[in-house]
Amino acid sequence: MAKSKETGIDKQTALWMYQTMTTTRMFEAECRRQADQGKLRGMHSSIGQEAVPTGICAHLKDGDQILGTHRSHHHCIAKGVNLNEMMAELLGKSTGTNKGKGGTMHIADINKGMLGANGVVGSNIPVAVGAALTSKLKGSQNVSVVFFGDGAVGQGVLYESMNLASIWKLPVIFVCENNRYAEATPFEYSMAGQSVAKRAPGFDMPGINVDGQSVVEMYNASKVAIQKARNGEGPTLIEAMTYRYQGHFGADPPLTYRTEEEEALYKSKDCIDRMKSYLIDMGFSDEEEISGMDEKANIAVAESVKFADESPFPNLEELHTEVYVKYE
Amino acid sequence: MTQSQENSRQITYVQAVNEAIEYEMANDPDVFIMGEDIAGGAGRADLGKQDAWGGVFRLTKGLIGKFGEDRVRDTPISEAGFIGAGVGAAATGMRPIVDLMFVGFFGVCGDQIVNNAAKMHYMFGGKVKIPITIITSTGAGTASAAQHSETLYSVFTHFPGLKCVSPSDPYTAKGLMTAAIRDDDPVIVFNHKLLMGRTVKPEMGKGIGFGSIVPENSYEIPIGKALVPVEGNDITLIGISYTTLVCKEAAVELQKKGYSVEVIDLLSLSPMDNETIIKSVMKTRNVVIVDEDYPRCSIASDISALVAEEAFDYLDSPPIRITAPHTLVPYSLPLEMEYLPSKEKVIEAAISILE
Repeated sequence: MAKSKETGIDKQTALWMYQTMTTTRMFEAECRRQADQGKLRGMHSSIGQEAVPTGICAHLKDGDQILGTHRSHHHCIAKGVNLNEMMAELLGKSTGTNKGKGGTMHIADINKGMLGANGVVGSNIPVAVGAALTSKLKGSQNVSVVFFGDGAVGQGVLYESMNLASIWKLPVIFVCENNRYAEATPFEYSMAGQSVAKRAPGFDMPGINVDGQSVVEMYNASKVAIQKARNGEGPTLIEAMTYRYQGHFGADPPLTYRTEEEEALYKSKDCIDRMKSYLIDMGFSDEEEISGMDEKANIAVAESVKFADESPFPNLEELHTEVYVKYE
Repeated sequence: MTQSQENSRQITYVQAVNEAIEYEMANDPDVFIMGEDIAGGAGRADLGKQDAWGGVFRLTKGLIGKFGEDRVRDTPISEAGFIGAGVGAAATGMRPIVDLMFVGFFGVCGDQIVNNAAKMHYMFGGKVKIPITIITSTGAGTASAAQHSETLYSVFTHFPGLKCVSPSDPYTAKGLMTAAIRDDDPVIVFNHKLLMGRTVKPEMGKGIGFGSIVPENSYEIPIGKALVPVEGNDITLIGISYTTLVCKEAAVELQKKGYSVEVIDLLSLSPMDNETIIKSVMKTRNVVIVDEDYPRCSIASDISALVAEEAFDYLDSPPIRITAPHTLVPYSLPLEMEYLPSKEKVIEAAISILE
């Protein structure tokens, strides 16, 4: 397999990463259209942040668990969750990943290693520690990766979790997607020291700051962290600097709290544009093949809408089922 | 052990819980336990001790020597962290037991219990199970004042997705603990501090936590089923955890006065054994519910509503609730004794109905 000397990434992985990111972006754009039609009831767009989970999940297997946030469609797609089932979930259909009971903030597919998006900021972080504890107790080589935003840096449970993972040397990767805004509040205002990565050494773990708009950088940084985790050398914190192109949620106009200049700056460093250039520069692909990957994404997204549209809503009895495994 | 010894074996509540945990850990490699000081002194192997504490109530004494540090895991004081870790471990195939030392501490980890443990199974379309057991201590009577003495059963019972059980003696403690560990849903086991032998008033503690026959072998008491330790026809007294003892003592006094009293030991708060309650009330036509929890939105209120809705035509008198008052648990001994539901209060209420 051809590998880039500069980055150590093989062609197949590079193409997978491009395909994953372009599929994610088209899926999110379609979600917006579905929301505008009133079919999809609320979402938090991940457009702009596709590189973060893509670079990490390139190293993961089905048995490795990832955990997400309220903004998690990109995590799910990067971990291989089925697009049809995702769209069905978002339209509230019985064929959805969660049978229509979870929706955008709770997509989960444990068989694919997606242990759940979570609507409470910071809430998933200790759960990831628990998944890693299972790995250690069962003697498997699985790792767990938890994504959280810069907003979660204000939650105390992050530090409880980092401490536990460190003293028990658990295979966890803490990934802060620092998209600069917790809802409308900039991290420059809310985060003392202006860095979460700098907080990691206090917990005796590496804290690294990565360009989260470069999938190549994400890939390389997480490669080391995941290998360490698999080898029993404990957790790592990755702070991925990124940007959400849209508002916090559907109807949020972000220009009320940020500038056009700032948006333009980040969009000029777009992760998909840069990966396209990388593929061509490395000789891994050409314009025609890249257009083909875009078209493939387009078709897959269209198919997901068709699948979701044709799927039934859940039976009303489903309101009451699966509250418990058994309750009598 | 001979048959006669087996039929009369009395151990403490604490020993009973310890036996249940030990048996499940010995027989299921996926069961492990973590919490603050559940071994105690972790990291001080140089002192040559297996465990310094075995939990503040000694529920886990000796287990680290049998199962090692991986499966009997001291934690930092990080309830949100380790209960959340318990949820994650449960979701990925383990059967963790986590110790929330005092129920009032749910205030620092409630998110993990009510937003994750309780919700993941439903929210994820039934595709993830969370077989976690949370053990916690409850109850006034130990001079611990407002933050370490609550019962708070109703808080957790309120949440769909959680199961709640409250043993009343060593026999039910062992059987319910075993059932909780084996259950595929999140179960909270409320262990009353007085039943675990803690008290500042010696006469209150005397004999508490003994008095039931505990088989040496493993057994389950089914979650969702109440027991009827005393049968009678004139009035039903319903107890929860420690107040079951209060009801039994009141029953003895009332029987001396010529009344035929039935006592229900509720044991499970969610699911609750509505059938046993309704059946008893339809027979006795009178009911006193004795609940140590705060009165507003309580289990006592819930049962009162249940009886009113489903057995109204059978009642000779309105249901009476004997609960803690709508106040906080005080420190001073006379105030704390006034706070607790007592045998005297139950007898007074019963007689007010029956005379």
